Amino acid sequence: MKIVADVPSPLTALDRPNSYIGRAVPRPNLARLTQGRAQYVSDVVLPRMAHVAYLRSPYAHARITRIDKTAAEKGKGVIAVVTGAELSKVITPWVGVLSHLKGIKSAPQHAVAVDRACWQGEAVCAVVARTRAEAEDACELIGIDYEELTPVTDPETALDKATPVIHPELGDNLTFERTLDAGEVDKAFRESDAVVEATFVFGRHTGVCNEPRAIVADWNPGEQRLTVYHGTQAPHMMMNLFAKHLGLEEYQVRVLTKDVGGSFGIKVHTYADEMAVVALSKLLKRPVKFVADRIESFVTDIHARDHRVKGKIGVMQDGTITAFEIDDLTGIGPYSVYPRTSGIEANQVVNLTGGPYKCPNYRARARVVFQNKNVMCQYRAVGHPIATGVTEGLVDLAAAKIGMDPAELRRKNLYPDDGYPATGASGIKFEKLSHHASLDKILAMMDYKALRADQAAARKQGIHRGIGFASFIEVTNPSAAFYGVGGARISSQDGATVRLDATGAIFIHSGVTEQGQGAEAVLAQCVASSFGVPIDRVRVITGDTDNVPYGGGTWASRAAGIGGEAAWQAGKALRQNVLAAAASILQAQPEGLDIKDGIVVDKGTDRERITLDEVARICYFRPDTLPPGFQAELMATRHYVPRAWPFAFTNGVQASYLEVDTDTGFVKLLRHWCVEDCGTVINPQLVDEQIRGGIVQGLGGALFENCLYDERGQMLNGNMADYLVPMAMEMPDMEIGHVVTPTADSELGAKGAGEAGTAGAPAAVMNAINDALRPLGAISLTEMPFTPGRILKALGKV
Amino acid sequence: MNEMCDISLTVNGERVSERVEARKSLVDFLRDDLTLTGSHVGCEHGVCGACTVRVNGEIVRGCLMLAVQCDGASVETIEGVSDSGEIADLQEAFQKRNALQCGFCTPGMLLTAQDLLSNDQTPSRDHIREHISGNYCRCTGYHAIVDAVESVAQARKGSRK
Repeated sequence: MKIVADVPSPLTALDRPNSYIGRAVPRPNLARLTQGRAQYVSDVVLPRMAHVAYLRSPYAHARITRIDKTAAEKGKGVIAVVTGAELSKVITPWVGVLSHLKGIKSAPQHAVAVDRACWQGEAVCAVVARTRAEAEDACELIGIDYEELTPVTDPETALDKATPVIHPELGDNLTFERTLDAGEVDKAFRESDAVVEATFVFGRHTGVCNEPRAIVADWNPGEQRLTVYHGTQAPHMMMNLFAKHLGLEEYQVRVLTKDVGGSFGIKVHTYADEMAVVALSKLLKRPVKFVADRIESFVTDIHARDHRVKGKIGVMQDGTITAFEIDDLTGIGPYSVYPRTSGIEANQVVNLTGGPYKCPNYRARARVVFQNKNVMCQYRAVGHPIATGVTEGLVDLAAAKIGMDPAELRRKNLYPDDGYPATGASGIKFEKLSHHASLDKILAMMDYKALRADQAAARKQGIHRGIGFASFIEVTNPSAAFYGVGGARISSQDGATVRLDATGAIFIHSGVTEQGQGAEAVLAQCVASSFGVPIDRVRVITGDTDNVPYGGGTWASRAAGIGGEAAWQAGKALRQNVLAAAASILQAQPEGLDIKDGIVVDKGTDRERITLDEVARICYFRPDTLPPGFQAELMATRHYVPRAWPFAFTNGVQASYLEVDTDTGFVKLLRHWCVEDCGTVINPQLVDEQIRGGIVQGLGGALFENCLYDERGQMLNGNMADYLVPMAMEMPDMEIGHVVTPTADSELGAKGAGEAGTAGAPAAVMNAINDALRPLGAISLTEMPFTPGRILKALGKV
Repeated sequence: MNEMCDISLTVNGERVSERVEARKSLVDFLRDDLTLTGSHVGCEHGVCGACTVRVNGEIVRGCLMLAVQCDGASVETIEGVSDSGEIADLQEAFQKRNALQCGFCTPGMLLTAQDLLSNDQTPSRDHIREHISGNYCRCTGYHAIVDAVESVAQARKGSRK
């Protein structure tokens, strides 16, 4: 078994005698997950709990002309049948806009549709019953009439005069538009030796979390409090939104997040059917549970990536890239999703395209339009696979055009490793990246020369293999620049509270959440290291808005870099407090003491002076023996938010080696590599597994995943038999390497790593497929997913 | 549809007699009636494998079998094989190799891996991938799972010598 060696890291500024930073220590919460002893929200059962099922619109766009609840209300086990109009008296609608996305607009969205359904799958009536099965039975008894309206489904014509406007009060179907023009783009193209253009299409796909969205809301009129068990990434954000739209104070709401069965950005948004659950609980004064089934998940979990990008690159014969230009068009469903908006992915595409390359000439336009399909919003690696796909696709096309090796062309244009800080053409700021070191490392890992030789040898036998690269940058550790400045109450800072318990063990309470990525292990490592206890003496508490510091949660690859730094600092602060207490007991100077492996020692000689449990015993139970006037403080809180940079950009490069069967169009992934630089690596095993999981999520989008809709706005493949996801048989082994460039914005120096895999994998596969097929005269493949049918078409075989 | 049936079966070695709706799936029966929530519901149409349990020694999809079909059967779930220690080595390998992230697929994945190792003592990586190809994991990308299963196969082979 290839377990990353758990050996102490070489001494760095971060190192304390028993440092866990840089070690592959196992996660503290894994054993119970392997034993079936997890507690997901779908497992939660409360006294008097009822279940809700929703009747959902079969039409993409329809006026609701009549709802007759009579028969449904008499259904077995039915407690209440509630329409959108009735529920709107309990919970107010919302509008998904942010002030820093200039001009973005959207319409009020209700928890349950009022008068009109705007996509197939939107809830139009709620049934609450004793069991989910009885609630579903009663949904079939609701009498409902619709008047079908013309659906808007094609983004290409959404802005045409002849196309109906989905929300007439908004004037048109344009949600958001951004343009950017940097340098001298026209001049650069004019003076280029070659200009290449291509249109890239990214299929609409979705998260397919193994545990669907789940929520249990419990309004207790006796306490005037709402307790919500919620599989979410952002408990404090949801606490705020539940309170705001139910007319409660934030302190009246408690959000509890225990185990979450996958999230990937799916579970960081406001879902109408979840807002309906909290409203139904308030209305009915009892716990109400909703777990989306798989079909509901496909038509209501946010979709992402449905972008069409026209791209253009200019290049000189010596390989110098002269200019990039893109025109992005994306359809995001009938509403901009609340509160993060559905403008962010296109905004990211504009920010990130061309990002790895030193090229000052860049023009971009992105348009985001409404349509009558399920909503789109932020999903793992928001915008990155699109920006990377377009950039790296264009770079490879340019390399082919001028006859240069694709790795060499990258080397020629990547930002030099000694050229930082730097500002990209779109205005994004890089503290320090390592593109060249990463490229050198991946070429060595894959033995590039030998691989090209293998490719050539296979080619002679009629086997068509391809090598594809994708350099990338990733947005991590976001400051308030992401959402806060736009008016959203989404915390970019995070807090950690650390306390010494009465037996000398350490508790840490953190505002970030565990979604399976290992945040709790990282928090434990940070505190154990900065305070000085064995890691098995650290207990981590997350996911309870009543009991953890206010924080943002887990998204945008922020938990380790931001939550980890807060934990590190809190551990240090508590260490000072405990040393002060120990010094007063020992009648020593605190500066002369240290804590190692849970024991207070003399600094320098490591002579044992007093154990932590003895310090705790005296402070908690015999404070009368302490010197007069000394008060031990055995709890410390620290907060952290990045201030020097809006985002901690990371970088990396991926490579794919694959084989295309030119008779069937099937792609076999042979090997995959990724070298990335997330700064200080707190836990190498967890980072590697984030990268691997992220790569496979990207491979899914490149090869399989696509939410197919017909022209009437009907989703055609809303089940796991027809919507293909990566399964074990088709996936390759993946080799991961690192370059370490810590951020100076924090003491730990850790940046995020959660989305790098997804950011680069689709582009690497695209370039590898085209590398395999180019000598056969195939048309370049630029429309994902690369299905056998599309590959055979590119080969002219169908 | 709402017809009630009496069933008697053995679940994790314990005798169980219950009255269930004829339409109730095995996994809903295990989760809702017996509160054995270690078996998970992911897709309810037999694709994802999160509901994998053993019935009379064979792994089945708990969402594609009805509870009434298990009358007289012996059913084993993740809770049972955990308590008995049968898969302790697999569980330990999954933890050491971080072969799970959110953990939702893990009970089904472990039972499927145990099924493979019971029938093939020296599976290749490709064979491991093929055998678990009916169990969906969104988090890991499968590489770590294959590593963990392979290491247990080797360790069990070594201990038989």
